[in-house]
Amino acid sequence: MTTNTKLISLCSKADLVPNSGVCALVDGRQVALFYLPEDEQVYAIDNHDPFGQANVLSRGIVGSIADVPVVASPLYKQRFSLVDGQCFEDEAVKLATWQVTLLDDVLMIDPTPR
Amino acid sequence: MNKTKLILIGNGMVGHQFLASLAESGEAERFEVTIFCEEPRLAYDRVQLSAYFSGKTAEDLAMGQPAQYAAWGYHVRLNEKVVSIDRDNQTVTSSTGATLAYDQIILATGSFPFVPPVPGHDREHCLVYRTIEDLEAITASAAKGRSGVVVGGGLLGLEAAKALRDLGLETHVVEFAPRLMAVQLDDAGGKVLRDKIAELGVKVHTGKNTQQIVDGDNAVHRMEFADGEVLETDVILFSAGIRPRDELARSCGLDVGERGGIVIDNDCLTSDKNIFAIGECALWNGRIFGLVAPGYNMAKVAVARLLGEDKQFLGADMSTKLKLMGVDVASIGDAHGHTPGARNYTYLDEACGIYKKIVVNESGKQLLGAILVGDAEDYGTLLQYALNGIDLPEFPDSLILPQRGGDGKPAGLGVAALPETAQICSCHDVSKGDICQAIDGGAATLGDVKSCTKAATGCGGCSALLTNLVNHELESRGVEVNRNLCEHFDFTRQELYHLVRVDQIKSFDELLHKHGRGKGCEICKPTAASILASCWNEFVLKKPHVGLQDTNDTFLANMQKDGTYSVVPRVAGGEITPDKLIVLGQVAKQFNLYTKVTGGQRIDLFGARLEELPQIWRILVDAGFETGHAYGKSLRTVKSCVGSTWCRYGVDDSVGLAIEVENRYKGLRSPHKIKFAVSGCTRECAEAQSKDVGIIATENGWNLYLCGNGGMKPRHGDLFATDLDKDTLIKYIDRFLMFYVKTADRLQRTSVWMDNLEGGLDYLRQVIIEDSLGLGAELEEQMLQVVGTYECEWKKTIEDPEALKRFRPFVNADATDSNVVFVMERDQIRPATAAEKAANTPAVPVKMVS
Repeated sequence: MTTNTKLISLCSKADLVPNSGVCALVDGRQVALFYLPEDEQVYAIDNHDPFGQANVLSRGIVGSIADVPVVASPLYKQRFSLVDGQCFEDEAVKLATWQVTLLDDVLMIDPTPR
Repeated sequence: MNKTKLILIGNGMVGHQFLASLAESGEAERFEVTIFCEEPRLAYDRVQLSAYFSGKTAEDLAMGQPAQYAAWGYHVRLNEKVVSIDRDNQTVTSSTGATLAYDQIILATGSFPFVPPVPGHDREHCLVYRTIEDLEAITASAAKGRSGVVVGGGLLGLEAAKALRDLGLETHVVEFAPRLMAVQLDDAGGKVLRDKIAELGVKVHTGKNTQQIVDGDNAVHRMEFADGEVLETDVILFSAGIRPRDELARSCGLDVGERGGIVIDNDCLTSDKNIFAIGECALWNGRIFGLVAPGYNMAKVAVARLLGEDKQFLGADMSTKLKLMGVDVASIGDAHGHTPGARNYTYLDEACGIYKKIVVNESGKQLLGAILVGDAEDYGTLLQYALNGIDLPEFPDSLILPQRGGDGKPAGLGVAALPETAQICSCHDVSKGDICQAIDGGAATLGDVKSCTKAATGCGGCSALLTNLVNHELESRGVEVNRNLCEHFDFTRQELYHLVRVDQIKSFDELLHKHGRGKGCEICKPTAASILASCWNEFVLKKPHVGLQDTNDTFLANMQKDGTYSVVPRVAGGEITPDKLIVLGQVAKQFNLYTKVTGGQRIDLFGARLEELPQIWRILVDAGFETGHAYGKSLRTVKSCVGSTWCRYGVDDSVGLAIEVENRYKGLRSPHKIKFAVSGCTRECAEAQSKDVGIIATENGWNLYLCGNGGMKPRHGDLFATDLDKDTLIKYIDRFLMFYVKTADRLQRTSVWMDNLEGGLDYLRQVIIEDSLGLGAELEEQMLQVVGTYECEWKKTIEDPEALKRFRPFVNADATDSNVVFVMERDQIRPATAAEKAANTPAVPVKMVS
């Protein structure tokens, strides 16, 4: 992976909840963070549920669809890919994602969404 | 256009069916329908009459509803009897003196109970068994007596004997013939039935010819028999057969049979082309049909003929299956083998009280008839063989011999062999073709087929056959009946439950690694969490369980549309002290929450933000509140009426019992939410019959209703057991709930679960009351484990700093969600709409409470 100079530190690894989500504020935007310890991976997607119009995705259940990690909205259960934010129920809906990486025990994020 | 003036005389079950069929035809508007009903109420279910004594009311038995009749546009004249028909002038005259003109008449006058003309038959407390008024008279007489006799050991007589026994009388059955149910059974079958009934405490006297009834020495009556013996008793019920009510037809000159009955042809027309006769009053081809199904058929024929459609009545199959005092009895076709060349196969098990006989034709290829006593499970299959002329297997006796240790029934009837016209459900006249049509129309489960065709919802005798047929048809359409939970587990919820128990699996990861694949999903994770909680009852926010829960379980509150939560503390039985009410008010005020009283007799506090939940609960727990589990698939509430403590009509302490059971089962995780209610008397103010578990106080204990629900498809609970003492009641509920938790599908309510159990309510009774699976002790023990390990989840949470971390809105900032905006309505907050947010409508300021 190339070094991204824009990375800033966001929180500690201990703030994350394994196999579940938490929320962080990045430049005034709500970002949902999901930590999957088995893959030693953290994913960051928009916390705003475009269907329910509420900031709730960090409180959804994490799972997989054919090996793609996903989160299901706690409001109406639409599922979104944690990798690229794509909604599985509606092709036209794709959420913003952020690049995050664990540096030892600190979670780093590129504050510009992809 | 002038409407045809149609007069229906008689509003029994068959009369009602006629009215319903006419309405369903969509042509009822062509007729001006007037109904004469001599009884004080509209049609009710006479077949279920004995249920009146085990708790059903006249309303429960009602079939005709005044509002329904009005909606169909019919005019009803209750308590009014037609006394004469003037066929020349086409008018009828009633008991009130009214005269009405008619174009067509439907006679559905039914029958009356035959009372043998023995001297003394008209004494006081000598009664018959046909109408609800008769039942009231029987109840009144039974209240004064100690013993009762039913004269007549036929089908109706045994029903009546059950009624007397239910009323607490020492019960005797006196039969003229040498055996019980002489028409349907043979000697061997009659004997097995007699032994079974005797075991239940009913004394049977056969071959008895009553000579006279006189004053008794130790009871009201003494019955003297031709053989010199006597029997003393307080109440006598005559049930010695029925006679058609043909007096009206007779007096206006219609043709009647030598031994009674209004003669009809295949069109159900009498000798007057403007008058039809249907049901038990009608005589077709020299026969009276004393069953309800042929009567219904005649009603449908009469409707068709009135509308000019081509339909005929061509006789009826008189096969019957019924449960007499808990004993299964069935008779099919030529049960006595009258057909020349007929041969019998019989099976007799005196130890268990089971008798089976089949009658086959000379070639041994066709089934002519059958008798089943003590075990009528084979009825559906045998009936199909007989009705459809299906070739018998090589060894016909394999159809009635018990199958032990083998591979099930080798000679069972393949449903594929049934013709499209084969009648599967005789109660609702549903054919195989109807069922296939329903499946083609989108019905994909047994439950779907039942609800759209009504098959197997009457007596239930066809349910095993129906299940086979539905599975077969689904499979033949290439529908793989896939019951897998999701893509991560190739198991049903029931199978997973079993694996968790047997392998002592304590976490989702372990379950996934041993039996699943992938990472799980929003379907299998909460299901596994629920199963783990039902089995081991560990704290749901313990680390390995956290990520499994739906958001409501994770944050122990109910998420609302804007992402805020509502809070519902437990108020067991709906009983709350003023001090606790004040605390709820204070909390609502302090955190500015919207308050509403719920249907489960509690208070719901809305609009709490994530970070406020622990603070709110700290106050509530300090004040003695516990979590209400409003967020979980678990026991919700036990609603109660105020009960005998305050109510003038209360029979028992419903509030006390409600609190006790709510505290017993609180926290139990289950496949779906569960609701209870307890009523202190039959007025049923707690609406217990609409709950999964409903309890109603009686003079002698508690009646238990199971598997009711409100919601999208409301359903009344079924009366499961009566007059229970409290210990037995709790035992049954323990077993019921654990059996449900153990075997139900994900998100399956108790009602659907029961409908899908083969054997339904009866099966459930066997498992719970008779412990037929030998599971009773295990289920109770498992419940005891859940009860013994209960902890309030909120109390644990506020004491656990790790768990509390989850309630921070942001891991990196002390801020609130700016998208949560409230406005005021009726003096309380509500979420702002998108339009209001866009227009910057003045919002309620958000306070950070700390």
